[in-house]
Amino acid sequence: MDFRLSPEEEAFRQEVLDWLKENLPKNWSGDRFTRDRDPETWNIYREFAGKLAEKKWVAPAWPVEYGGLGLSVIQQLIFNEEMAYHQAPLGYSVIGVGWAGPTIIVYGTEEQKQKHLGAITSAETMWCQGFSEPNAGSDLASLQTRAVRDGDDYVINGQKIWTSGAHLSDWCILLARTDAEATKHKGISYFLLDMKTPGISVRPLIDMMDNHGFNEMFFDNVRVPKDCLLGEENRGWYMAATTLDFERSSIGGAVGGRRMVEELVGYARETKRNGKRLSEEVTVRVRLADAALEVEIGRMLSYRVVSMQARGLVPNYESSIAKLFNTDMQFRLAKAGLEIMGLYGQLEPQSKYAPLRGKFERQYLWQTGMIVGGGTPEIQRNIIAMRGLGLPRQ
Amino acid sequence: MDLGLDEQQELLKNFARDFLEKECPESVVREMEEDEKGYSPDLWRKMAQQGWMGLIIPEEHGGTGMKLCELVVLLEEFGRALVPGPYISTVVLGAVPIMEGGNDEQKQQLLPKIAAGDLIMTMALTEPSAKWDADGVALEAKKQGDDYVLNGVKLFVPDAHVSDQMVVVARTSKGETAEDGITVLLVDSKSAGISFELLRTIAADKQCEVTFENVKVPAANVLGEVDKGWPIVEQTKRMATVAACAYLVGLSQMDFDVTLNYAKERVQFGRPIGSFQAIQHKLADVVIDVDGSRFITYKAAWSLQEGEPDADMMISMAKAWTSDASRRVVAHGQQIHGGIGFTKEYKIQLYFRRQKWMELMWGDADYHRELVAQALEV
Repeated sequence: MDFRLSPEEEAFRQEVLDWLKENLPKNWSGDRFTRDRDPETWNIYREFAGKLAEKKWVAPAWPVEYGGLGLSVIQQLIFNEEMAYHQAPLGYSVIGVGWAGPTIIVYGTEEQKQKHLGAITSAETMWCQGFSEPNAGSDLASLQTRAVRDGDDYVINGQKIWTSGAHLSDWCILLARTDAEATKHKGISYFLLDMKTPGISVRPLIDMMDNHGFNEMFFDNVRVPKDCLLGEENRGWYMAATTLDFERSSIGGAVGGRRMVEELVGYARETKRNGKRLSEEVTVRVRLADAALEVEIGRMLSYRVVSMQARGLVPNYESSIAKLFNTDMQFRLAKAGLEIMGLYGQLEPQSKYAPLRGKFERQYLWQTGMIVGGGTPEIQRNIIAMRGLGLPRQ
Repeated sequence: MDLGLDEQQELLKNFARDFLEKECPESVVREMEEDEKGYSPDLWRKMAQQGWMGLIIPEEHGGTGMKLCELVVLLEEFGRALVPGPYISTVVLGAVPIMEGGNDEQKQQLLPKIAAGDLIMTMALTEPSAKWDADGVALEAKKQGDDYVLNGVKLFVPDAHVSDQMVVVARTSKGETAEDGITVLLVDSKSAGISFELLRTIAADKQCEVTFENVKVPAANVLGEVDKGWPIVEQTKRMATVAACAYLVGLSQMDFDVTLNYAKERVQFGRPIGSFQAIQHKLADVVIDVDGSRFITYKAAWSLQEGEPDADMMISMAKAWTSDASRRVVAHGQQIHGGIGFTKEYKIQLYFRRQKWMELMWGDADYHRELVAQALEV
């Protein structure tokens, strides 16, 4: 029971803060949700990734030999906290650093490691994730995209969906079925796919925020050499489930929430309605107090994951708890913000009347996606109940 | 940073769990509900022998000199076992004001006795106005020669009827603020003019109405300064609030453990009810509530212990969250148990009833949410 950071860890936090002050885009208000994922924003992401690369901070947790700094989990936590608090534009490397790289580190051949890891940490390549399909969402293992061996190649046919950034990516981690006869988890393989390969087409999937982030991806006889296979054939499902000893605590949600509470408190204090400050109203005070304390609970649940990792334990359902709570919490926070704002809550960023630059309206929409992405609340509860609490399936 | 227990805390937890399973089984809990004193002198003595009464009392005064975080670990186990009796009343409500405001003589006289288990104490703060704040304190203490004379009524005073001494929060003058003019006095519970009436409560714990009629208290029994006693009460409230959270964490954990076990064993439609998603998802929500309560309570305890600037906000966050979360936990516990949970015979109801008690003690969620709002400078 010790919540203090060591002097070295505090010094590292200061280093991150100082660096952010210098390197965040000019006039960066952190309003990623106001214009997320338009081409201009993606350029900001790309530039920022370049700056991180100079500091070896694209994937600072990775081992030094792969272009990281081998940070401790506590240092990773600090790094992630400050990036989230300042809403740093990290979009460029999310899949490369969070998914592709860690799996390549464990399962890749020496050649694959040489080819990809350095390119990720130097921000030369952007990755997307070809996992979900129209009929394989929560039941991901029922995916139907086929990869058929043909001589020294694989030929891929099928469709993926919800592929964030596919239209800008250089590479894709792709799950495809290589054995149609095997039970569903046992016939899936993991591929590293060059997005320039002929036969791939990408179609925008515009979200309800009117952003272009997602895409549909179609594969029409896409022919790739067999060295695009990562790890063993038909072991892809189990590789996708691999989590390394990297910080996976969903701390970003809790910290981003803290920032939003601060802004909302400021708004309630400064805004007068009918001659009274919003902050004098009991309902507003209750909503703000709840928001603030839920953010703190989210932070504790994330810290618990990191604290376990720092002790050399492997978090299991604890990460699901942090993910579930923090995404739900952020949605409730956005909702509370809109309720406090009343009629003004509905205004989009373009309106001159929009409170807090329309950030809460954007967040209110965005979080509905974040709640289901990466495992719906129902799937997380299944994991908690069955894997964590040992409740029977039948 | 480490949210887990250290070696000493782990030892304390394991020892306490074994000890209480043996010495404070469900049968004792039930017996004490009916018992007028509400505690077992035998168990009290055994707990004292473990050094628990003096857990947070400095070694120089006969205690073991541990800190609030260790007390939280122990109280989690108390909540788990629903240990009845005046432990929090004595160790927190009695000892903390003495440690906080007592002079050397008062400390030397009283703290070793508390540590030895020879003294039962409580604090008489709340009145029929049922307020935790200074403006709820109306009980009058008037200087008369070398004495103070007390007149008034205290209500919801835990364990007063079995106490040897009470820390009485009284009003000696009307100052500019409600906090001004409050004096804290050590009062012998046997003093002439004091009468006790036990309240019947949802948890069958022992709270009292305490009536003071011309009760004479020597002026030497003032803790701290006359008219300036409120900070002593505030510090005691902070500790008591954390203690209530810790008790609720243990209570919630045990209610959950019992419920989880039941869900795995109870068969309906040919399968354990715990295999149904309707039950699984409830239990997943419960474990989040329990874990959230535990870690925010640890954070609050640590912040108070270390004197962190945001300690007050953390304490209020912890009590606001834990009060609500623990109610959700025990409500799900009842629900998942179905009819059996409603019976007196089955143990889960003991937890359900005590949750409401601790939810209310030292400020419920609404009270602490407002304090959070204030701390946010809303």
